[in-house]
Amino acid sequence: MTMRVAVTVNGTEYARDVEPRLLLIHFLRDELGLTGSHWGCDTSNCGSCVVWLDQRPVKACTVLAAMADGRCVRTVEDLERDGRLDPVQQGFIECHGLQCGFCTPGMMMTARWLLDRNPDPAEAEIREVLSGQVCRCTGYENIVRSVRWAAEHAEGTTR
Amino acid sequence: MQVPSHVEYERSASVEHALALLGRPDHRVLAGGHSLIPMMKLRLAQPGVLVDINGLAELAYIRLDGGQLCIGALARHADLLDSTAAGLHFPIFHDAERVVADPIVRLWGTVGGSLCQADPSEDLSAVFAAVRATAVIRGQDGDRTVPVREFHLGPYETVVGPGELLAEIRVPVSPGTGSAYEKVARRVGDWSVAAAGAVLQLDQGTVSQAGIGLTAVGAEHFVAAEAEDFLRGQPAAEENFKAAAEIAAEHCHPVVDQRGPEDYKRHLVAELTTRALRRAAARAGASA
Repeated sequence: MTMRVAVTVNGTEYARDVEPRLLLIHFLRDELGLTGSHWGCDTSNCGSCVVWLDQRPVKACTVLAAMADGRCVRTVEDLERDGRLDPVQQGFIECHGLQCGFCTPGMMMTARWLLDRNPDPAEAEIREVLSGQVCRCTGYENIVRSVRWAAEHAEGTTR
Repeated sequence: MQVPSHVEYERSASVEHALALLGRPDHRVLAGGHSLIPMMKLRLAQPGVLVDINGLAELAYIRLDGGQLCIGALARHADLLDSTAAGLHFPIFHDAERVVADPIVRLWGTVGGSLCQADPSEDLSAVFAAVRATAVIRGQDGDRTVPVREFHLGPYETVVGPGELLAEIRVPVSPGTGSAYEKVARRVGDWSVAAAGAVLQLDQGTVSQAGIGLTAVGAEHFVAAEAEDFLRGQPAAEENFKAAAEIAAEHCHPVVDQRGPEDYKRHLVAELTTRALRRAAARAGASA
């Protein structure tokens, strides 16, 4: 049996009839076509599926779309605004924060959340907040540098 | 691709509504979901109807009340980690919450959900057993209280019955008490290979009360009761901590698995219990 799920994603409300067992990551990717969020390990270990649910990051492979009904979701597609990249995105470019790019959307959503709470995080804080997310390419060094770059170039771009 | 089996979904509007729904057959509480949903994806759990309690703000609190720390079942791990009151009176909570899962999972996983999941490797069961917490279980006829040391019936099994909901966990605040939690895991987010929590109440350098909780090593009710008995009345001294830790290691029942052989796990119990007792004693001294 399906149920009506209405979720505000990146400021736009979407309503779909879905099975209650549908996971949020598949709702975003398959029902809404928002494929920026990646579906990775399926076990809440890797963090490539991290999106915001009501302003807090969550691993979207471990939430039902039904649980997001009436709530707000923010995905990586919302980082760029009016053709302007979020400093976190720019930081990943400047510091080579990705190679294959698979973990990147989750890394960036968690980094944005961290910087909104703590605009000047120490390296240890960045490593701690990203510790539940896996990158198999970079050895994390450049990801941490990218987040620091974003912290140092935040002027006029916070929201 | 991991897909849960067919399930229906109900969102509870109040605790009363949740209790009415949970009285029906095959209805199961959905809180943070970070244990239940993975189990559903593996088809280890196949509930008929999920009762989502995430909207019940009345169960999401941490407060001091009448000499007790009261933790609403829907408080998130991150809330407990952020709680100044919890950290002040029970540093063991902060020690443990720093190593429960990872920072993102901690934003959603709940304290009550951890206890009710009753996973033998779950950290908070040993912590609440060590501090001698009391569980408040709500039913349609009212509340009943159960010591956390009697809360678990076995792996994945608790005393919470159909039509009931864990509502709150209460911990008595005692002066002169110190506590600590020590865990060894293979990596961030993994279950413990072994972990130990200790609570010591000191009176002029003598242990007047001791609580020792063990995680993931098959300790009955997550407690090292024989080691606690040994410590009570003894001076708070290193040799007694080591002796108690050896007793704890001897009386637990670790199983051999991918996280290690039995002798290694017993070694960890002895070492981690010693460290936890040492830190608990130092903190008790600091708070006296």
